[in-house]
Amino acid sequence: MPDLTPNGATGGTSGGTGVEETRIVTRRLHDRVDDSWTLDGSLASGGYEVLRAVLAKGDAADVQEQVKLSGLRGRGGAGFPTAQKWSFLPPNSFPRYLVVNADEGEPSTFKDRMLLELDPHQLIEGITIASYAVQCNLAFVYVRGEFALGHERLTRAIDDARGKGFLGKNILGSGFDCEIVVHRGAGAYICGEETALLESLEGERGMPRIRPPFPAIEGLYAKPTVVNNVETLSTVPHIMQMGGEEYAKLGVNRSTGTRIFSVSGHVNKPGNYEVELGMSFRDLLYGLAGGIREDRKIKFFIPGGASSQWLTGSDEHLDAPLDMDFVQQTFGVMLGSGAVMVFDETVDPVLVAWRLAKFFAHESCGKCTPCREGTGWVEKVLYRMSQGLGRPQDLDLLVSVGSNISPGLVNAPFVQTTICPLGPSAVSCVASIDKFFRDEVLTRLSNDAGVHA
Amino acid sequence: MTTTESDAPEAPKKTTVTVTVDGITFEAQPGELLIKAAQENGVYIPRFCWHERMKPVGMCRMCLVEIEGGRGYPPACTTPVADGMVVHSQNDTVKQIQDGVLEFLLINHPLDCPVCDRGGECPLQDQTLAFGPGESRFVEEKRHFPKPIPLSELILLDRERCIQCARCIRFADEIAGDVLIDFIDRGDRMQVLNFEEQPFDSYFSGNTVQICPVGALTATQYRFRARPWDLSTAETSCTTCSVQCRGAVQSSSNRLVRLLAVDSEPVNHGWLCDKGRYGLEWIHSDNRLLEPQVRDGGTRREVSWPDALDRAADAIETAKELHGADSIAVLGGARGTNEDAYVWSVLAKGVIGTDNVDAQLGDGLPAEFVLGMERAEIADLDGASAIVLLDHDVRDEVPVLFLRLRRAMLELGVPLVDLAPVAHGLSAHAAVVSRRVPGERITAAVHDEITRVTEGRDGPVVVVVGRGNLAAGADSVVGVAADLARVHDVRFLSTLRRGNVHGALDAGLTPGFLPGRTTLDAGRDWFAERWGGVPAERGLDAEGILRAAGDGKIRVLVLLGSDPISDFPDATLARRAIDAVDTIIAVDAFESESTERADVFLPCTLWGEKAGTVSNLEGRVQRVGRKVAPEGTAMDDWRIAGELALRLGRDLDLATVDEVTDEIARVAPAFAGVTSDIVESARDGVVLPFSAHAAEIVLRTRDLTLMADDGAGVSWDPIKVEGETPAEPVDEAEVAAPADAPPLYEWDGHAAQPDPPGRDAYALRLVVGRALYDDGRLVSEVPLLQRLVGEPELRVHPSDLARIGVDSGGQVKVTSTRGSQVVAVRSDAGVPAGIACMDFSADALGAALLIDARQPVVDLRVESLR
Repeated sequence: MPDLTPNGATGGTSGGTGVEETRIVTRRLHDRVDDSWTLDGSLASGGYEVLRAVLAKGDAADVQEQVKLSGLRGRGGAGFPTAQKWSFLPPNSFPRYLVVNADEGEPSTFKDRMLLELDPHQLIEGITIASYAVQCNLAFVYVRGEFALGHERLTRAIDDARGKGFLGKNILGSGFDCEIVVHRGAGAYICGEETALLESLEGERGMPRIRPPFPAIEGLYAKPTVVNNVETLSTVPHIMQMGGEEYAKLGVNRSTGTRIFSVSGHVNKPGNYEVELGMSFRDLLYGLAGGIREDRKIKFFIPGGASSQWLTGSDEHLDAPLDMDFVQQTFGVMLGSGAVMVFDETVDPVLVAWRLAKFFAHESCGKCTPCREGTGWVEKVLYRMSQGLGRPQDLDLLVSVGSNISPGLVNAPFVQTTICPLGPSAVSCVASIDKFFRDEVLTRLSNDAGVHA
Repeated sequence: MTTTESDAPEAPKKTTVTVTVDGITFEAQPGELLIKAAQENGVYIPRFCWHERMKPVGMCRMCLVEIEGGRGYPPACTTPVADGMVVHSQNDTVKQIQDGVLEFLLINHPLDCPVCDRGGECPLQDQTLAFGPGESRFVEEKRHFPKPIPLSELILLDRERCIQCARCIRFADEIAGDVLIDFIDRGDRMQVLNFEEQPFDSYFSGNTVQICPVGALTATQYRFRARPWDLSTAETSCTTCSVQCRGAVQSSSNRLVRLLAVDSEPVNHGWLCDKGRYGLEWIHSDNRLLEPQVRDGGTRREVSWPDALDRAADAIETAKELHGADSIAVLGGARGTNEDAYVWSVLAKGVIGTDNVDAQLGDGLPAEFVLGMERAEIADLDGASAIVLLDHDVRDEVPVLFLRLRRAMLELGVPLVDLAPVAHGLSAHAAVVSRRVPGERITAAVHDEITRVTEGRDGPVVVVVGRGNLAAGADSVVGVAADLARVHDVRFLSTLRRGNVHGALDAGLTPGFLPGRTTLDAGRDWFAERWGGVPAERGLDAEGILRAAGDGKIRVLVLLGSDPISDFPDATLARRAIDAVDTIIAVDAFESESTERADVFLPCTLWGEKAGTVSNLEGRVQRVGRKVAPEGTAMDDWRIAGELALRLGRDLDLATVDEVTDEIARVAPAFAGVTSDIVESARDGVVLPFSAHAAEIVLRTRDLTLMADDGAGVSWDPIKVEGETPAEPVDEAEVAAPADAPPLYEWDGHAAQPDPPGRDAYALRLVVGRALYDDGRLVSEVPLLQRLVGEPELRVHPSDLARIGVDSGGQVKVTSTRGSQVVAVRSDAGVPAGIACMDFSADALGAALLIDARQPVVDLRVESLR
């Protein structure tokens, strides 16, 4: 697990490269390394002041409006506009629920964990403001089972917040009630998928639901439900503080504001970096993350979590901006959960593809056929290939099998024969090795021993 | 001036939506699922997980389609049709997806089709042929599991063959409410499994085998018994209980090997219970008696039919001459067909002249109530304003009715008013629960509650009424029924359980009545003219017959497929009667404690060996099919009656079973118009009286007997009998009884309900219900089912257990006016305090030795053995 200690506790400049973080959501946890997660630490650095102001103003519609103006998009992976998601809730249908997706399971992503562990009060403030905006009185936080410390700190923070009147009945005398229930998952990646998360929260087996109905109409306990990511909600107080328009000035195009990128792999300084969107991958990886170990070259990197297709160390890719729409439209990849995994030239892409495929095959919930059977098949073939037992036709076979999970094996956004995006995610690696390393792999396969050796 | 909209002629409002699938345009109901609408209009979209009687889950992905203007490939099974929708289910992209899904399903599926029960009727095989790839590109090792493993005594699971469609899991959860199987593990290791140390003991488990799209679930009863292409099929009704679920019975080499559920909309929705499904083997039991026997001296020996019939006729004739016709009695008749019952009615009432005839064995309800009550049909449950359960546990007595009740409550939101004496499978979902002490009436508060829950709801209150407690007299049930009928708009649905008991009552096998729901008095002239005579006076019911026999007044007792010692609630009374009768004539297939004492044993055919009609608890007349020839020389009951009549000097002139059906239609008023032709062609049978239901008739357009020829895989999807309404509607007048026919009896709402005796503080009042797997004849002859029979036990409320001073599981001594028993006792919070509950059993430890038919209720003294 990468080191979660905030980088360059001073200011955010890294290694004198001139590239800087833009710390908004991670400001407190950098500024108050010793107590950022405590109530005192939070209150001493402006915690809950935005909530107080929002409730004093008493205009829920204004919160929705500011979030809309901010252009905030979900930080969990899909990048759906948050205000629009909120607006799907049918009016006058109560009760309704806010569910916080803290089941951060995307391999190489570790930003929500940091926010839970180091600044839970910021999340609570965000939840309360968002609940106020969508007029919900009960929020649930589904915390990844492995996040023991995050769970402990969040639970404690909720108790502390309630003690101060930031949660519970009649918050800060406003007449608004909000309670938070924390639920700890049991270690299934699929429960990070919002409908599987809802199933799991209801006590059912974690399997995605068929949409429609969408959660906004029929979510938790068949009631209208908003599901938001930890980072998304942690951003909300800052948007309310800055004003939506001001926030939207950060970033680029429709990718407004900042995002936390979890950089891992063969960089010299792996870790979480909060940067203004629009920064280039090069600045992120070389300017902030310290470049590649032993000054090697990047062979390829995964730009947005294990589900994303890959990019390479080419200038074209490295100079691309961290812009959700740009990378999707130009390269067919996604910024996803904001996890950048870097592989240098020593790495065998087939082995990486196999390890990723193994993860998805292991985590496939089994509900729908293409994912259940396809992920296992892809994993078996890639394993064989990685062990020198490939056949010349195996790469095309993988592409074909992948196309039966994600027709055309096309780029993000996924087209899929599966219920949820886990299936297509599992074959992103197949599409990537075919796209970038086809000749290398084919040469290797022609020299391989084959399946019956 | 322009015309306002209201001036313009109103365009007829369109109530359907227009959909195009693969170029075929049709109208469909808004909200209907695309997969179903397409199928009804000739486009079969392949599927595995979707089943029209269950909620769609979109898991298997076989039915993905492309919808113009839509994104992605939605499953047709979860997509409702919308106006203007243009769908492709066979274009190149969709075909590629279908190809892909089938390839995925097959990669881990073992190719053991030659030894798989599903081979030849396998949806996976068929759909692979129709929609799938020709070869597999999978060269890795397939998934392996030990195979098969038992989920229960009845069901085996081969996890290698499973395609994870969840049909079985969903059935158990959604339809049966028995959440006993679920998925464990995930990804391609995901398996269906029961919970640890908790087998899949659902009364409905066999349905999962029928709807399994592969050979993953197999039935111990059918496994390796036949190949589907060797089976021949007859459409029939199951007569294990009075729901009479529609079925397709299949044989191979003149042995019944399988019963499949047929999906009848008004009756069983494509489900069967396991007792019905797997009980069919009883007809092939080695214990069957297949040749006539007569007693010479002390022992019985096989004789020819003429000799046996002569002996029986002689005994009847002699008794009639010496002691009068009413020295002869007939008990039973609920196991055969309507034709069997009718001809025995003719023999008893018309030829012999005795009215001492009863198809019920003291465990039912008074015929006056059953024949005369205002009836409901099963489907009325769906639209009822409320359902009142005036019964014990419908799941154990009429299992598939339980499924219909459950659906009406949980799916359709009909409130249940639970008046059963103890808690049961539906109590948790009841809107109102009121536990009566056996023998007591309902209170005004119950009426108020019924009024409250029906407020704003249309439809009648459907009262599901049965003899929930064999230890209390039927009068108390009828009393409550009368109370309900006085206050609310009620229809009754009887749950008398014996297979064709309603048919037998309708055919006149009950005292005071003649065939066709008319009374002895009202029908006297009509039937005298047609039969040549009827009994002078109303005779005795089963209890009366047994009492009279015990007093030496019954000289000849005919046991028509009945075993009073086991069947009658009060075994003491029954045993005394059997011992006292001079001559017992048994018409049966098996020896029982009662028939052991028979002087003449006449072997009869059983279900599966005979054709004819039967009537279910709605009074719906449907056909049963003859699938195998009887072994030995067993004869249909009605023929036996005809032969006896001939020997008693009357030729009934009935040569075929259809002739009997047609005579019933001519003679018995309630059956007017229900000819063999109509019963044969009516898809859903005919609910009596026909004239009141003439408008509902649907004529079949396809026969199920050719099922096997229709191609394989027919059993996994709902098996339907196709039909259409006749071009010329049936004329009600034409099928009405003739003007001079006697009127149908109507129950006057009268109930002689004596005040229940008070219960002393130390006694527990006995409630005796039925368990599905009991020690009855059918279960006893099917070893597979016999293993499911529970141990007798007494269930009491925890507080009573504490008072008695015994732990749950301990032994207690129970004493009634009939005697004492030692039984195991179990704590059960679902039993109200002051009540002791037991399943009926004629076993040495059973309730039959505690029940005293002389008392309106039975109070027990329960003592700790310490």
